[in-house]
Amino acid sequence: MAWLLLVNPITCTGHGICAELFPEAISLDEWGYPILGAVPDRLLPLARRAVADCPTLALMLERDGKS
Amino acid sequence: MNVLWYATRATGEVALLFLPVVLALGVMSALRIGGRRLPRFVIAGLHRNLTLTGLGFLAVHILTTLADSYVPIGVVDVVVPFGSAYRPIWLGFGALAFDLLMVLTVTSLLRTRIGFRWWKALHWAAYGCWVIALVHALGTGSDVRTSAFLFFAGICCAVVLAMMGWRLAQGGQDDQALRLGAGIVALLLALAIGVWTVRGPLEPGWAKRSGTPGSLLPKPAAVASHATGTATRGDEG
Repeated sequence: MAWLLLVNPITCTGHGICAELFPEAISLDEWGYPILGAVPDRLLPLARRAVADCPTLALMLERDGKS
Repeated sequence: MNVLWYATRATGEVALLFLPVVLALGVMSALRIGGRRLPRFVIAGLHRNLTLTGLGFLAVHILTTLADSYVPIGVVDVVVPFGSAYRPIWLGFGALAFDLLMVLTVTSLLRTRIGFRWWKALHWAAYGCWVIALVHALGTGSDVRTSAFLFFAGICCAVVLAMMGWRLAQGGQDDQALRLGAGIVALLLALAIGVWTVRGPLEPGWAKRSGTPGSLLPKPAAVASHATGTATRGDEG
């Protein structure tokens, strides 16, 4: 079961902490908003930390139902 | 044991010093300070971890106060304000500050479950928490009249006022009237606390006026010995 990172584009204000904490899967676009990549299972703890430390709680981690 | 009483005083002052530091880090987080040399997650992490460290000092401050048998302060007085036999009003501010800190800490640790709006609304109380803790320190502190305490307290107040001003000025364009009002309230509060400090805790006889039980106040003979250099604990605080 794979995990997916999702961002709420309304609440995200582009602090960029997620990309600092989890550069393996998150990069920033030129305005500072996250571009989300795949989360390998072994990096799940890092993803959880990035989700918990988002200043506006805009980042979410959900199970990918399709796989 | 004198050791407990001195530990109470020392850890209380250290815990007080933590508050402006973590408040400054919190403001820096809110204002998105950070870059390559000082990443934002470092500021956020310091804000959280230094707060928890300060709470450790606060725990020792409270536990040594309870363990010390000299002052009549009970477990209830830790959380219920204004009921203690020892300086009820000023110790009460300490209980209030502790309650508030607990609310701020628990809501922050459970932030992902509480939701951003509730957490943020409650987190504004952190500024009030500093004011309440400062009044507690000035009102009950045994070392308020020492120059070192006044020096550090002055620096802490300057840091908090500067950070508040920065936060209010940089927070965006909306709610201008609210920002201005909050700034004026903060300045008036700082002025009021300053005047009260000079008229109250810095005046001789504060130990009695603040509500220290009579049995702890120095007897006339003890006052005489205080004059020759051997201060009694009742007189100190």
